[in-house]
Amino acid sequence: MKTVFVTVGTTSFDELIESITTSEAVQALKARGYERLVLQVGRGSLLPDADSCPHIRLEAFRFKDSIAEDIKQADLVISHAGAGSCMETLGAGRPLLVVVNDKLMDNHQLELARQLHMDSHLLYCTCSTLTETLRTMDLSVLKPFIPGQPKHFANFLDKALGVQ
Amino acid sequence: MAVLVGAALVVLLTCLLFLIRLYIVLKSGPNYKPGTKGSVAVLIVAGSGGHTSEILRVMECLSAAYTPRHYVIADTDRMSEEKICTLENFNQHSDRDPQFTICRIPRSREVHQSWSSSVISTLNALWYSLPLVFRLRPDMVLCNGPGTCVPLCVAGLLLGILGMKKVLIVYVESICRVQTLSLTGKILYPMSDYFFVQWASLRDKYPKSIFLGRIV
Repeated sequence: MKTVFVTVGTTSFDELIESITTSEAVQALKARGYERLVLQVGRGSLLPDADSCPHIRLEAFRFKDSIAEDIKQADLVISHAGAGSCMETLGAGRPLLVVVNDKLMDNHQLELARQLHMDSHLLYCTCSTLTETLRTMDLSVLKPFIPGQPKHFANFLDKALGVQ
Repeated sequence: MAVLVGAALVVLLTCLLFLIRLYIVLKSGPNYKPGTKGSVAVLIVAGSGGHTSEILRVMECLSAAYTPRHYVIADTDRMSEEKICTLENFNQHSDRDPQFTICRIPRSREVHQSWSSSVISTLNALWYSLPLVFRLRPDMVLCNGPGTCVPLCVAGLLLGILGMKKVLIVYVESICRVQTLSLTGKILYPMSDYFFVQWASLRDKYPKSIFLGRIV
């Protein structure tokens, strides 16, 4: 079953949860063949019921120790701009749509999402353009993400510090 | 009057000596190779949340020569300890004693804390950092941006200034920083021996920084 996983991280992002569960957004998801919608809502005030969206199989929870499994099972991840969520999703090789919270000005985490968008590793929109993006997005433009190389750092340090 | 002039002179000379020592300590970084003696004692500032995940990614790749490893976490942080133990127990070979410790110090700055109260809590954190660093005497301090790094790096620097031990300061700027350094990065840039950035745009702005591509 084609699944979309939505994650807001450790804080809350009610506007995203609201936008993705509107009937327009759900229709857009259905049109693309997604049949299951899993929401991680964090501290938000919205925790939608399973039967609040009749056209799609909906599951919602607040927190889990690890969302790695949810990411792995998803065919599309929709996330807030948090660095942890972005890196975890890209590291797992899943297509990622980042929804920017434009109410949070001067959020330095946006820097990373913006750069990864410029490098074509993820798609990028706001809550008000979410439905439109879901309708028109082309996931095939995304380039594979090569994980960072901590080994390069270790080699450099070994050499600099004279480690045998 | 003479006493006053004398006192002022002493203070001035002390400051001058301090600055000269600081200069020498900072210049000695590239020539200091603690690895040649076999093992490198590391103090790792784990901070909290995303910073911890990033620094542990780096630690995964460091060889067994980097022992012992002393992790410092903020006292309000519960998640980091769990992550550190998971990593260390994974690397642990059953025939050896644990080569790591976890130390707690007060957090120097909570997210959204105001600047003036940050200064006071950073001084408070320094009060705890000094005895810790003086006791552990690490060969290097490894950190990546939580506010807690600053007092610990200052303590390490002080160890060098007093001529007790050269402590290398290795800073890895967080992957989140693409265009601008974090506040901690800006403070530690002039006083670190190895300063790593993960995006080319930062390398261009900060000539002393080292860019090896994305590390985490």
